[in-house]
Amino acid sequence: MDLDALTGCLASSACLVTQTTSGFIIGMLLFLVAVGLTLIFGVLKVVNFSHGAFYMFGAYFAMTAYQFTGSFALAMLCGAVGTALLGLVFERVFMSRVYGRDVLMQLLVCYAFVLIFDDVVRMIWGPEFKSMGMPAAFQVMPLFIAGGVVPPYYLLLIGVALTMALILGLGLARTKIGKVIRAAAHNPGMVSALGINTGLIYGGVFALGGMLAGLAGALAAPVRSLTPGMGFSVLIESFIVTVIGGMGSILGALIGALLIGMIRSFGSLGFPLFTEGLMYLFMVIVLVARPTGLFGKEVA
Amino acid sequence: MTELQAGQAAAVPRIETQSQRTRYRDLLIALAAFVVLASLPMFFGSKALLDFVIRCSAFGLFATSLNLLVGYTGMISFGHGMFFGLGAYGFGLIMQRTGVPVPVAFVATLVITTVVATAIGAICVRLKEIYFAFVTLAFQMLIHSTILSWASLTGGDQGLRGGIKRPVFLGIDLSNHVHLYITSCALLVIGLLLMRQIAQSPFGYTLRMIRDNANRASFIGIDVWRAKLTIFVLAALFASTGGIIMALFVSGAYPEFAYWTISGEGIFINMLGGVTTFLGPMVGTVLLLTLNDTVTRLTEYYGIVLGIVILFFAVGLRKGLMDFVVEWFAQRRDGAGERAP
Repeated sequence: MDLDALTGCLASSACLVTQTTSGFIIGMLLFLVAVGLTLIFGVLKVVNFSHGAFYMFGAYFAMTAYQFTGSFALAMLCGAVGTALLGLVFERVFMSRVYGRDVLMQLLVCYAFVLIFDDVVRMIWGPEFKSMGMPAAFQVMPLFIAGGVVPPYYLLLIGVALTMALILGLGLARTKIGKVIRAAAHNPGMVSALGINTGLIYGGVFALGGMLAGLAGALAAPVRSLTPGMGFSVLIESFIVTVIGGMGSILGALIGALLIGMIRSFGSLGFPLFTEGLMYLFMVIVLVARPTGLFGKEVA
Repeated sequence: MTELQAGQAAAVPRIETQSQRTRYRDLLIALAAFVVLASLPMFFGSKALLDFVIRCSAFGLFATSLNLLVGYTGMISFGHGMFFGLGAYGFGLIMQRTGVPVPVAFVATLVITTVVATAIGAICVRLKEIYFAFVTLAFQMLIHSTILSWASLTGGDQGLRGGIKRPVFLGIDLSNHVHLYITSCALLVIGLLLMRQIAQSPFGYTLRMIRDNANRASFIGIDVWRAKLTIFVLAALFASTGGIIMALFVSGAYPEFAYWTISGEGIFINMLGGVTTFLGPMVGTVLLLTLNDTVTRLTEYYGIVLGIVILFFAVGLRKGLMDFVVEWFAQRRDGAGERAP
């Protein structure tokens, strides 16, 4: 425990800015993964335990695309589209078979894929740590805000994530597709009776969730190291985010992700060895106070 | 006395004698199983076989105790492995630090487990289905990260090394391989027998009722929260015993014992063997460990093979092996019954 470092940081504006930025990017990456998780849960009523694998695939797809084309934009696109397709196939072929069955079955199918996907990545890209490297366009002088260092890439990352949050929030609330998705979450039988292909909606939502996780992985690839199994810690953290924010709530995912980001960022100063423990502790406190999470509705 | 009461009075003793008979039968089966297991070293000198049975005892106790939660009460715990890890670390630490006799350390570990499980359970059992699964998972990870970060006590990611001293007690020397083997078998058989008693007791039937309809159980005056907490703590005790056997076997404890994959494997073992029969998880344990040993010898891509087997059971068979066997027998018996007259 190092509380002096924490209070020292809180007193200096430079450190405050640096830590807040780092908290923001942790939070934003987590948000992209968690919002897919929460969306899939809200509509399909399954918990995608293999969601972390999509994050991992997004990162690896982006790295490979970047190595071949050298284009950063194409790498992001590859990461997002590749995982969206993967999500669609995974949902149609496997997950659609376990809807309505007990939670145990759904967890098991996902658990099987966590094992399989990790080994597939190990087979294709090898077990060692990989790194994509920062694209040339972002290898410029970092910005200095109030004495704190902020790399421009971080701003892009935060911008993309916030844009996604906005598109999702507005898309679900205002557009026709958004309404259909919300209706399918509420009463799939009725939606299908009205002549709407619910299978397509389910596949689409799963693909969307996969895409968001893939995008998070692709965005994280330049600033994190890539390894098989990298998805799992992200998965656990995004579970914490969704549980804190409330299952099925997009706003909850955003707030939860930012809270966890800040806890991780500032916690690593004050409690360097117990940062992860802090997150679990926070989750427990939230759950004891509000079992359905901060923004969750009572599940019947 | 009304007619109804008179009928009940006559019926009650009969049920009691029947349950007593089942109890004697279970006791006999347990004794026979123990005698068979204990006499194995006399016929087979192979150390690998004994090692296999010891590991089966550790994981079997763990998986069967998980079934008390998953199969009997419908509580899908994804963090049951934390008690396995707690048992291993608790026992290892007590033995290393204090040097008390083995039985004292054993009891002390179980006391610690009771305290921890009561605290964690009190928070978790209020939650339903998927929230329960997550929160138990989170607690598992909390314990895992505590083990990793509290390096001065637990040895961090290196695990508890330097071996566990095992002083002789009552003529039992646990550093002797055969003695360790017999002790594990005894713990396994006693553990299974106790869990069977719990499952067949009125309390066990209360648990089944909570699984099937918690609201109705609550209406007839059952304190659901207390019943769930009780079985959560009881299951933790048996999982902890499994951890103790594991710690004795490897003479140490490693962070992997408290990692979430242990819980995942426990769930998978239950699935593999089947949750509807009492011995299903035990069969699943033997299957998984055999599979584990064969696959790791053949390929380094263990995950792919295990994943495909899981998919086969979850999507293909849709039930565990023992469920399958029991149904097959039932069908055969019914089929024979139809043909007979």
